[in-house]
Amino acid sequence: MNALQQAEAAKLKDRAYSRNEVIEIIRSVMGTIDKDSDESLKLHNELSALASYIENMRSELAQLRSIEISHNHIPTATDELDAVVGETAKATGTIMDVCEKIEKIAGELEAPVGPELSNAVTSIYEACGFQDITGQRITKVVKTLKHIESKVSEIISAFGNMHPNAVAPVVKEEKTGLLNGPQLKGPASSQEDIDKLLASFDK
Amino acid sequence: MAVDKNMHILVVDDYQTMIRIIRNLLKQLGFNNVDEATDGKAALEKISAKSYGLIISDWNMEPMTGLDLLKSIRGGGSKVPFIMVTAESKTENVLAAREAGVNNYIVKPFNADTLKTKLSSVLGEF
Repeated sequence: MNALQQAEAAKLKDRAYSRNEVIEIIRSVMGTIDKDSDESLKLHNELSALASYIENMRSELAQLRSIEISHNHIPTATDELDAVVGETAKATGTIMDVCEKIEKIAGELEAPVGPELSNAVTSIYEACGFQDITGQRITKVVKTLKHIESKVSEIISAFGNMHPNAVAPVVKEEKTGLLNGPQLKGPASSQEDIDKLLASFDK
Repeated sequence: MAVDKNMHILVVDDYQTMIRIIRNLLKQLGFNNVDEATDGKAALEKISAKSYGLIISDWNMEPMTGLDLLKSIRGGGSKVPFIMVTAESKTENVLAAREAGVNNYIVKPFNADTLKTKLSSVLGEF
C-alpha cells in the first residue's frame, strides 16, 4: 500500500459511517458471497440479519419520536426547570428583603419581643437555604437532560431522517430516581459524620 | 485571645441567596465587615486587594471552584482560616478539602448554631 492509499485508508478508518452507508456496505459484501457452501450461506444470513436489525432500529427510533424528544421535549423541560430556579430565587429574594426589614424593627423592640422576633427571622434565613440546594439539584438535572439531548441528536444523525409523524408508544412516566443532586440518601454524609471524620485527624 | 469582630470576612458563593443568608447570620453574630465574591477567581482578586481574617466558601462554582480557590490560597503560603460551606458531603470531598488545607467544613443546609460552632472552632470562642 502506497502513502496515498494509506492516507485514504486512515481517513476511512477515522470517519463515522451513516446508517445507509453501513447497509450499503453490508449488501455489497452480501452480493459477493457465494451461497453454495454452508459457511457462506451462514455468513450471508448473518449479514442479512444485521441489515434487518439496523433497519428495525431506525424504525423503532422513529416510533420513539426521537426528533421531538431532542427538539421539543427536552428543551421545554430544561426551560421550565430554569424558570423554576429563577422564580424560586426571585421569591426567596423577596422573603429575604422582608426579613431584613423585620430584623431591623426587631432590633428596636425591647425583650422579650425583639429577641424572639430576631430568632424567628434567623429561622427564616436558615430555611431560605432551600433555594440554594434545590437550585443546585435542578442545575444538575438540566445538565443531565442536555447531555441526553446531545446523545439523542447523535443517534438521529447516525440513523438518518426519522419519520416524525410516527405514532409514539405511550410510556409510563418514571417519577423516581431522577434527582441525583447533593444530600440525597446514599453516598452523602451528615454534618455529624463529617465532624467525626475531621476530628479523627486531630487525634 | 479575643476574636476581632471587625475582621474582614470574604463569603464566596455563586448563589446570591446563600451569600445573603451567611452575611445576615454573620451580622447577627457581630461580624459586620463582610465582602462577597461569586467564584474562586473573583475571590482571589478580592484577596489580592485586601487582607481577610476568614474565608467562607462554597465548593461548586464556575469558573473556579472553592477547592481550587483553597488550593490557590494555600499554594501562595497563606494560612487564612478557610471554612467550606457546601452540599458536597461525600467522604472523598471532605478528604480532598482536608488535604488542601481546609479548617472546617459545613454541610448545606445548615443552621445558625452550626455556623457559630464552626466559627468558634476556627477563630476561637466569642
